Formats: sequence, structure tokens, C-alpha cells
Amino acid sequence: MADWPILSLTTFLPSIGALLILLVRGEEQAVARNAKAIALATSLLTFIVSLFILVKFDPSSAGFQLVEEHSWIPALGIQYLRGIDGVSVWFVLASTFLTPVCVLASWDSIEKRVKEFMMSLLLLETMLVGMFTALDFILFYIFFEGVLLPMFLMIGVWGGPGRIYAAYKFFIYTFIGSVLMLLAIVAMYLQVGTMDMRVMLDHTFDPSMQKILWLAFFAAFAVKTPMWPFHTWLPFAHVEAPTAGSVMLAGVMLKMGGYGLIRANLQMLPIGSATYTNLVFVMSVVAIIYTSLVALAQTDMKKMIAYSSVAHMGYVSMGIFAANAQGLDGAMFQMLSHTVVSAALFLCIGVVYNRLHTREIARYGGMAHNMPKYAVVFMLFMLASVGLPGTSGFVGEFLSMLGAYEANTWVGLFASTGLVFGAAYMLLLYRKLFYGKLEKPDVIAMPDLNGKEILYFAPLVAIVIMMGVYPKSFSSVYAASLDHILSHHREALAAEGLTPPVANPASAFVPAANAGTLSAHPATSETPGTEPAVEPSTTETPAETPAQSEPKADANPDAGH
Amino acid sequence: MQPVLTDLIPALPEIFLAVAALALLMLGVFSGKNGTRLVSGLAVVALVATSVLLVRQEGYDVAFSGLFITDGFAVFSKLLVLLGTGLSIIIAQNFIAREDMDRFEYPVLMLLATVGMMMMVSANDLLTLYVGLELQSLSLYVIASFRRDYAKSTEAGLKYFVLGALSSGMLLYGISLIYGFAGTTNFITIAQVLQAGPAPLGVIVGLVFVAAGLAFKISAVPFHMWTPDVYEGAPTPVTAFFAVAPKVAAICLFIRVLEGPFGSLLPQWRQVIEFCSVASMVVGSLAAIRQSNIKRLMAYSSIANIGYALVGVAAGTAEGVQAVLIYMAIYLVMTVGTFAIIIGMRQKGKAVEEIADLAGLSKTNPMLALALAVFMFSMAGVPPAAGFFGKLLVFMAAWKAGLYPLSIIMALTSGISLYYYLKICKVSWFDDVKEPLDRPTAGLSWVVTATALVVFPVALVIGTPVLNSAAAAAASLFH
Repeated sequence: MADWPILSLTTFLPSIGALLILLVRGEEQAVARNAKAIALATSLLTFIVSLFILVKFDPSSAGFQLVEEHSWIPALGIQYLRGIDGVSVWFVLASTFLTPVCVLASWDSIEKRVKEFMMSLLLLETMLVGMFTALDFILFYIFFEGVLLPMFLMIGVWGGPGRIYAAYKFFIYTFIGSVLMLLAIVAMYLQVGTMDMRVMLDHTFDPSMQKILWLAFFAAFAVKTPMWPFHTWLPFAHVEAPTAGSVMLAGVMLKMGGYGLIRANLQMLPIGSATYTNLVFVMSVVAIIYTSLVALAQTDMKKMIAYSSVAHMGYVSMGIFAANAQGLDGAMFQMLSHTVVSAALFLCIGVVYNRLHTREIARYGGMAHNMPKYAVVFMLFMLASVGLPGTSGFVGEFLSMLGAYEANTWVGLFASTGLVFGAAYMLLLYRKLFYGKLEKPDVIAMPDLNGKEILYFAPLVAIVIMMGVYPKSFSSVYAASLDHILSHHREALAAEGLTPPVANPASAFVPAANAGTLSAHPATSETPGTEPAVEPSTTETPAETPAQSEPKADANPDAGH
Repeated sequence: MQPVLTDLIPALPEIFLAVAALALLMLGVFSGKNGTRLVSGLAVVALVATSVLLVRQEGYDVAFSGLFITDGFAVFSKLLVLLGTGLSIIIAQNFIAREDMDRFEYPVLMLLATVGMMMMVSANDLLTLYVGLELQSLSLYVIASFRRDYAKSTEAGLKYFVLGALSSGMLLYGISLIYGFAGTTNFITIAQVLQAGPAPLGVIVGLVFVAAGLAFKISAVPFHMWTPDVYEGAPTPVTAFFAVAPKVAAICLFIRVLEGPFGSLLPQWRQVIEFCSVASMVVGSLAAIRQSNIKRLMAYSSIANIGYALVGVAAGTAEGVQAVLIYMAIYLVMTVGTFAIIIGMRQKGKAVEEIADLAGLSKTNPMLALALAVFMFSMAGVPPAAGFFGKLLVFMAAWKAGLYPLSIIMALTSGISLYYYLKICKVSWFDDVKEPLDRPTAGLSWVVTATALVVFPVALVIGTPVLNSAAAAAASLFH
């Protein structure tokens, strides 16, 4: 299968499965059984096919790979153009990996209209994979919006009591954000003359235009990520969605926002990104602190995890717009880690919800006694969410904070408080659920994890530990792409006479090592570009390389006053 | 003799359709009570034959001493009108039989209205414009009150007639002013007069009156008052017809008048169009939220859609015209499909038209619910349905013409209008069945399936040729 259109195959295999399910007829029980079987088979097959993407992907190259290019609507500059680079490849795999997990997780918990549910799930997978691999902006937009349809149905049909309100809020919020993005896409198209994202990435847009375009894209992705104060749809959507819906929502859909912020905002609009860095920092820090505090006050498990997602995605947006190697690397890693950890936590909640049909934390307690396997699994994911070293959560949070610290010390300082709050609410949740006396009769009656549940938790456990112990196995895939993005970003800023908050990636550990530099950084990053003497312009310029050591040395005396 | 014959050739489709309508009238009279089905069937055949005649027409031609014009734009819009009428006759079949409207005049009147609409889009003179418009309107007044022993239908017809007469009066007044100040009613001569020097104030005032009269026909705010009442009161197949063919014809006529003779007054009329457009988008999307009757909701939805189409008109460029043509084509298909579903809404044989009556449709008839969802998402402009591409084209044209605030308002109002389209999806997918709807007839199911498949996914495949022909049609207006 050397020349197969492997990306299209991965995208549309689930749709074919959905069509097959549509054709299933007969008695309701049999239909449900067959629908589940088809869904599982298709999603597993898709996952296997998507592994070939990873096999064929060359991590040393920063460009787009496995490109498929076909003419579609030439009159509008729209092509059928697909391809992946290091930034997108993991998200494709995350989508294909979580779909079979969701099929398994909904195997017994979805009882009504199983056929339609499985179709929605498979269509959702198509949209997600399509969105991460689209290189034509209209194609991107189609998949980006297309994700809303199956998710709307999943929340609205199979959701909890408040599902209608949640589905509406989810749809309208994200739709209005993305329509503004459509306007920005149209504006960019009229400048460039094609919807090809590769051309747009190389095109330098007018700085004043960039600032407006950036806001339009930000509107779409900040809602999707979601960033404070646009996050209010998320807790409702999570609480009402069925387990599979929450898993896909937290696991992959939130990453659409992060992916968009990297691809469109950071990569295409560097001047816009530099202009609004402080805005993003403020929003991220507020998200980290405020939503962590809100999570602390929740009595509903799903709501608590939902708020923690907002906080964790705060690290992501902060890391991206720190626009340095550590920050961006950390943001990517944090997204991947959050994909696995939040998906796993929602699955964990699904386990007990299926048994007791309540998400009230107070209704549980002492489960460590009768559900030891469950307690161990939950503990691992809880610790990963807190950011314990050795789990995936630590790497992402540490790196993105490091990046933020370099860009703006205060941001790093405030963001680090989020770690404490995060530990507080997660440990509190764990204590309330698992410790204490096992006295409620219905809780005592709950059986431990069954075979199917162990089956889908096992790979998640393995991934979380793998990511924590040997992060390079994941980060090496996207390292070249991120390097390319950063160097491109710095060049673009340098051309405008701006400098990123910290220009020398090699000196990453200098501020951390010298506590004395604390005072220097807030001032310089407030107005990047006004103090070129303090900040070295860019390491990428060969002429400056010999002078590398001097600016570094300068930083220290400067920090003294 | 020779000059008359050459005049007839450009107008051949119209002449054919008019003769066919009269022949069907005779046939109807002589075939007695059971002739409606036959006449309807033949009417559809006549429409198909007319489209074949139309497609065979090539290029640009002016006939009847400059009164009548055929060009790519006219052919494209006439095809849309014919398609709208044909589908409206097909979906009306069963309804008129069951609701005591089983009279052969119904398809005949629709054909006559269509002749009027075809004249409208081929008008090259203010008088042709008026004659075509009146032929169309008079037929529509009668059709609106076709269920004559039903108070609401009669009321709808009367309302439509009174307000329509008022708008015709405004139109005529505007025409007389333009004639008085420009000295001619011919579009080509008016264009020459206006290009030669500064436009006389009287022409501009006249243009505003003409625009107001036409805005009434397309039901743009603030001339939209009749729409919800007429849509609700008229029999549902009539509403379906009103929502598509006359709208397409009127907006194409609007384009021809504004871009043709008054093209050089773009800065003047753009303000008027922009105002109507913004008002239509805002009123259409906000007022629809509170509706519980699905026909009234569709009335406000059509007002909002006209607002979006007017954004393309305001652009005043070939791209804008192309966008409007595509937008109206997509609008036509999805509106016919939606109305086919509404016509099929019956509970135990009785027609119902509340949104709440759709409750649980996805359980009783999943395919119909799926088609309805496709139409609603397409109307809201959610990709990958065709409606998205219509909106995208309008965005592009408007942005290119520098109409930034208008585009942003369009984006926001389409977000608002999403709410009520979602409401229909919510009722049909999330709510529990109260009273199941009857199965729609085979003809209706056929139309619903075909239109839904066109909206998604066929539109994604045939997009390029349709876009190219619309581009050619638009270019013919700016030659």
C-alpha cells in the first residue's frame, strides 16, 4: 500500500462504516448488536490504517507529508488538499485511537438508538481526522464545523436531563466563533488567491491586517479550546454528554482549538501573535487559577474534570504564545497528555456512573475497599492530571511553565499556583471517592472493573506511563516541525523589527538558574521590541552567532537593578 | 414579416409556455372534474419543454424594439424559475386533491405566473418590467386565495392583493419619475443617459421608488409585513411556490434593474440595498425565534435569506451577482425540500403545521428527519451542506467589494438564525413522539430525497459546472 491515499482512507473509512450501519435492518436487539460490531470493527481497522501514517511519517522533516492533492472547485481556489506534519500527526492518531475506546465504553451504557449513536461516533471520527489533515482552508473549515453535527446529536439525544440546553449552547457558541474565522479565511484568500494553507503559511500578511485576522481566528479557537471567559459551554456539554461524548470532547475536540492556535494564529500571523501575547497570557493565567478554584467547589465529578480541562488547556495557550522552544514543546506535550488523561478520567467516571447513575461525589465513598483495581487506575490518572513526575502530565506542565517563565516571569509564577490548586481538587476528589468508610449499600454492591473495562484502560495506562518516563518517543515526532515553526516565527518578527520575549533558545535555563533575573523579564516582555539592546534579536541570524555569549552576559548586570 | 419573426425567436420559450398554459386551460375545461391530475402532469411537461427551449438559446439578443432581452443571465434565472415552478406543482399534487383545491386552474395559473416571471427577468424596458410583474402578481393573488371557502386563505389573498397593489403603485410612480427625468424607459438608453452626465435628482428619487416596489416583491424589510401572514394563510403548496419561484424572479429582476440601467448610480442605490439587507437579516433572524408555526418560521427565514442575498447585490460586482445566483439556486432547492416535508405533515389524515407536531420524527420516520436536518443545517450555513457554499460566495463577493460591516453582520445574524433551525432539529430528533405523523406520499418522498441529496452531497460534486455557468451568467450582465 505504498501509494495509497492513506489520509483519505483514514478519514473516510469510518464514514463507510457509518453507511454500513445505516443499512442494518431487522429486530431492534439484533440491529444494536450488529451496529456495535460494525462500529468496533471499523474503528479498529481505521486505527490500524492510521498506524501506517505514523510508520510512513518522517519525523526529521518539517514540511507537510503524505500530501494528497486534487482539484475540487477551482473557481473558488478550493482544492481537495490533505497532508500532515509533526503538529497534526499525533492528533490524527488520538482520534483513531479514542474512537474504538469510546465504542467499547458505550457498549453497554448506550441502550436506546444504538444504531444512530454508533453512526454519530464514526462520523465524528471522520470529521476529526479530516480536520487535522486538511491543508485547504475551506476543507479545514468544513471539517471543523462538521464536528459540531455528530456531537450535537450525541449530547442532545443521549445526554442527561439538561441535554437540550447544553447541546444548543455548545452548537451556537462554537458556530458564532467559527463564522468569524470564515470571514478571516475569506479575507486571507482574497490576499493570496488560493485556499492552500501551505501558501498562506509562507505569505506574510500586512501587520495591521494580521492584528484583525488574528482576533477572528482567536474567536474561533478560543471558544473551542476553550479559554476563559469563553469556556462556559464546556461544563454543560461535558455534564450532559454520554461518556463517549465527553471522552471525544475532552480528548480530541478541545485540541482542535490548540491545533488551530498553533497552525493559524502562531504560524500564519506572527505579528498578530506578538501583539496579543499579553492578552493570551492574562486569559491563560486567569483560566488556570480561576477555573481551578471553581473546580475545587464542584460537587459533580464530571463538572470538576470539565473545569480542570479548562485549566489544563490554559497551560497550552500560555505555552503556545510564549513562542519559545520550551513553551511550544510543552504546549504540544500538554495537549497530548491531556488527550489521554482527560479521556481516561471521563472513562473512569463513566465506570461508576454506569453502575450507580449519579455523578454526585457525595454519593460515593470508600471505593478503595471494594473496587481496588478501579482505585489503582483512577489513582494513576489522577496523579497524571496533577502532574506527578513520571506521568505524562508532568512533562507538559513543566515545559509550558518553563516557556512562560522565560517569556514573562509573572505569568510563570501565577501559572505555577495552578499546580497547587490542581493537586488540591484532584486529591480531594480522590479522597472523597475512595477513602473513608464503605457504608452506602449501593456503593458496596458495585463490582470492580470487568474485562471490557480493563481492556480499554490498559493501553491508556501504558501510554500515560510511557509519556512520562520516555517523553522523547512522542516529542521526537513533532520536534522538527516545532523548530521550523519557531524559526519561521522569529524571522517574521525580526523582519518587522520585533523580538520575541526571549530570543535565545539555548539560554533556556539561564533565567531559571539565576534567580536574580526575576525583575528584568516582566519589563522587557511588556513591550517586546522597544528594548532591542537588552534582548538579542535572533539566534537564527548567522552574523549574530559569534556575539551569542555577550547578550547572555549582559542579562545578569541588567538584572541587578 | 421578417423582422417580426426574428423578434419571436428570442421570446420563443415564453410564447411556448403561454400557449401551453392556454391549451391546458382548454383541456381542463373539457376534461371535467378529474382533469387536474392530467393538467398538472402536462404542466410539468410544458415546463420541461420550455427549459429545453431555453437551454438551446445562445448568446445575447434584443427583441421587440429593445423591450425584451435574452442573455446568459436571463437563461440562468429562468431555469431557476422553471425548476421552482415544476417542483412546486409536483409537491402540490396530493395536497390539492385532499384539501378540496382540486381544480385544474391551479397549475394553469402557476404556468401563467411563470410566464410573467420569465418576462420579468428578460425585461429591458421599465414597461416590460411592469407588465411581467403584473402578470405574475395577478396570478399569485388568485392562487393565494385559491382555497376560497377557507377564511385564512381568502384573507391571505386579499392582504397580498392590497399591499401588492400599493407596491405596484409605488413602482409605477417611480417609473414615471424616471421617464420624466431621463426621457426614456429603455434600460440601455437610460444607462447611456446616466453615464453621459450627472444623474438628475428625479431619477434617483424614481429609483428609490422602484427599489421600494421591488423590495416588496422580494419581501425585504421594511416591506416584509405581508410575508408571514400570506405564508401562513395560503395553502401550503402555494406557500412553497411563493417562497421559491417569485422570489428568485424578483431578485433577478432587481439585479437586472440595478446593475443594468442604474449601474452607474451604484453609490446611491447601494445605501438603500445595504439598509434593506441589514434590516432583513436582523428582523428575519430575530423574529423567527418566537414562531411556533412552521410556515411562519419559514416566512421569516425567507426574509433573512433575502437579506443575505441582498448582501451580494450590494456588492455591485459580477462576483456579487454570481454569488446571488448560486445563493438563490441553493435556496430554491432546500426550500422546496423543506416545504415538501411541511406539505407531508399530517396526523391521521389531517394537515398540521406546528413545529411541535414534528416531535419524535426521527423515531417514526428517520429518513425524513435526516432530510429535514440536512435542510435546516444547510439553511443555517453549516458545512458541508450546500447552503454553506452559498454563504461563502456571498461573503467573498462582499469582502472583495469592501463591505466589511455588512459581512460581519451577516456572519453574526447567521449565528442567531442557527438557533431556530436547531429548534426544528431539536424537536424532530430529541423530543419524544406525541402523535406520529403519517407517511408522506411517494411523490413527496421522491422530491424530499432528491432535494436532500442535492443539498448534500451532490452539490459538492456538481459545484464547479454550476459555478461556472453562474459566472458566465453574471458576466453577461456586465459585458
